[in-house]
Amino acid sequence: MADPALARAVRRSPSVRWDTVVGALLVVVLLLSFTTVDGFGNALNLSFLIGNTLPIALIALPMTMLVVSGEIDLSVASTAGLSGAVMGALWNQGMTIETIIPVCLLIGVVCGLVNGLLVTRLGLPSLAVTIGTLAAYRGIAQIVLGADAVTDFPARYLDFAAGRIGDTFVPYALLPFLVLLAIAVVALHATPFGRSLFAVGAGEEAARFAGIRVRRQKLILFTLTGLTASLTGVFWALHYASARYDNATGLELSVVAAVLLGGIDFDGGKGTLGGAIAGVFLLGALQNVMSLVNVSAQSQIVVTGVLLVVSVLGPRVARQVSAARRAAPPPVPAAPPPVPEASDPVP
Amino acid sequence: MTHPSDTGPAAPVLALRGVSKSFGAVRALRDVSLDLFPGEVHALAGENGAGKSTLIKTLAGVHRPDAGQVLLDGAPVLFHGPGDARDSGIAVIYQEPTLFPDLSIAENISMGRQPRRALGRIDHKATRAATAALMRRLGVGLDPDRPARGLSIADQQIVEIAKALSFDARVLIMDEPTAALTGSEVARLFGVVRTLREQGAAVLFISHRLEEIFEICGRVTTLRDGARIASEPLDGMTEDDLVRRMVGRDLEELYPKQEVRPGEVALSVRRLTREGVFTDVSFDVRRGEIVGLAGLVGAGRTEVARAVFGIDRRDAGEVEVDGRALTNGAPSTAMAAGLALVPEDRRAQGLVMNMSIERNIGLTGLRTTVRAGLMDRGAERSRSLDWAAKLHVKYARIADTVSTLSGGNQQKVVLAKWLATNPKVLIVDEPTRGIDVGTKAEVHRLLSRLAADGVAVLMISSDLPEILGMADRVLVMHEGRITAEIPRTEATEETVMAAATGRAA
Repeated sequence: MADPALARAVRRSPSVRWDTVVGALLVVVLLLSFTTVDGFGNALNLSFLIGNTLPIALIALPMTMLVVSGEIDLSVASTAGLSGAVMGALWNQGMTIETIIPVCLLIGVVCGLVNGLLVTRLGLPSLAVTIGTLAAYRGIAQIVLGADAVTDFPARYLDFAAGRIGDTFVPYALLPFLVLLAIAVVALHATPFGRSLFAVGAGEEAARFAGIRVRRQKLILFTLTGLTASLTGVFWALHYASARYDNATGLELSVVAAVLLGGIDFDGGKGTLGGAIAGVFLLGALQNVMSLVNVSAQSQIVVTGVLLVVSVLGPRVARQVSAARRAAPPPVPAAPPPVPEASDPVP
Repeated sequence: MTHPSDTGPAAPVLALRGVSKSFGAVRALRDVSLDLFPGEVHALAGENGAGKSTLIKTLAGVHRPDAGQVLLDGAPVLFHGPGDARDSGIAVIYQEPTLFPDLSIAENISMGRQPRRALGRIDHKATRAATAALMRRLGVGLDPDRPARGLSIADQQIVEIAKALSFDARVLIMDEPTAALTGSEVARLFGVVRTLREQGAAVLFISHRLEEIFEICGRVTTLRDGARIASEPLDGMTEDDLVRRMVGRDLEELYPKQEVRPGEVALSVRRLTREGVFTDVSFDVRRGEIVGLAGLVGAGRTEVARAVFGIDRRDAGEVEVDGRALTNGAPSTAMAAGLALVPEDRRAQGLVMNMSIERNIGLTGLRTTVRAGLMDRGAERSRSLDWAAKLHVKYARIADTVSTLSGGNQQKVVLAKWLATNPKVLIVDEPTRGIDVGTKAEVHRLLSRLAADGVAVLMISSDLPEILGMADRVLVMHEGRITAEIPRTEATEETVMAAATGRAA
């Protein structure tokens, strides 16, 4: 890839940002794929790429906010599966789809609330809580729908979820997603709410002492995450025209991998939504390309795993490069910060 | 207590000769020389940034000097790391002890080099006996089997000292050991230091509390901007002399208290109780008044402040700001009513260390620097720049993280963050702990001016001269209750300490 160019960029800029690096990588991967991979550039393939990536992208919106605030939700794929299962079961009961979808979304809200209450009221770590509900929600999905696959949803809905605008590469579903993306970007990067999430993630106690209502904000985030996951479950069932209890299994790992790849710090308090979405589509594009050139599914998993490690490593390397660049002429990596006296007194 | 400036035998055990050290463009030490003699307690004084910590780290083998020499028993040595210095008998006791809380005192002291029995099993009996011998040598009665958890910070430091002695340390460097200690704990620590001195150890002592320097030290070396100003006996010097050497000019008064006629009651606390922590606490703070809240660490002062502000829930009682009752456990409503709290622990509670100066100050403006529901970045930036300038925060760029600032400047950012809310009532918890004397005077001047402008100030402090110098009235807490209210005219170290230790009538 364009490593020399990248390295030059790293050298030139004193504070290279990882989200910019990921964005540049995405552009490079797209350009290379357009020119060298047969079948990549046609509109149909691109619409597949986008349509298959949308579920990850959707859940990445609230997941980014959660990780920024120092929490995580691993139950999202199970919530999506449960939502799809309920959709199938109620459809079999003869309910109309217009009634079913709000019910599914409500279930997502409840799933998110349960996670949020366990984390904020009982003070449990979200990693543990949501590993538990990951299993629980999936189990409920299986109880609700059993081994059935429901496929006969109304054509209007199926067409919307799987179709594209004319012969372009734009799936219908991309448009509402872009609206949600815009809302999420503004919410995280331009509102007091978003600003406070960064403070909570970087220093929860100091945020509390600044009057930020930490627990309420986290509860809101978990609830939004549940809602978005259930929306994704509905989209998934319609997009693939199949509601099964095991829909979207393992999706949480792709979401977390993409978000971390996009430069959202696992320790909270750092990152941009733009970086996260670039990470999502970078992962989606790589998977698409690998399928086109007949890389086996197993090898694809290996690549995804390696990317996850790189994503955790990358921002750290970028930061150290920046720090080294900023340090005085002779590179002294371990030198303490120069100006303030290091014996900073108070605990 | 002072003692003769007699420095024992003529040969210094550890010395610096013309040492310089730079970090990039910053010259942290410039041609500094220093002699440490056996049997002396030697003070190292200077403002934050004067080079004290670089000097300590050079002695301890963390930094290697760019020029000049470190002499051990008169012979030049080159330390390749802290391990080298330790093996040469140089030990550093830091402000924050680093013991393993779940291990016993004896296990902490022998960590990594426990005496062994057959088959490599640890010889607990020998470990205990060695520790008991060390404790006897220091003249303290700490039980070797006691776990480190629950020891007071002073006792933890004594354990660190014992650990240093177990390495046959002849030079002890104590970096602000008393910053987190109460009066009686300081006395306990000083007892141990005197014992060490009599046994011929050399002690280099760093403290921002001048009265402690005069109490325990025989000589003082003053640093300013990386250069040595003087090394001299403390006998015959006054605190003013020392301050003048440190700051290089006459310091304006350290406690510039203005007389203000108190106005209406701005903060009213009634029968505030948090079970098992404090009981039935009532007091008022009027506009223009500085009320000192004194007491020993653990008396419940910080806990009262937290409950008043709403960080912790109260079990009973009422809090009113300007006649408005505050909701229980809701800092956001306390802020809206005009209450501000500068907390005790600025690194964890006062600041988000990895965020910029701008954003840290901006945190208290998330409700005000808003236009149409969105952050007004221009307003946020100018608010932060404005307040950073008003408080004379020294920084390179407003977008730098606060962790790059010195302790005193960090504290100014915390103050800026809260003053930017235009509070009616300001609670400050240990506002000058660990900051240098110049910044301290600045903070005092600021508090005094705020009071003159009609702000009601409640000042919690373990620094008794600060309480006596600044407060119009002193409230004293002992074991979770207010035991005395002393007007400025009657407040002395004796009256306050009597109430703080429960000896008052």
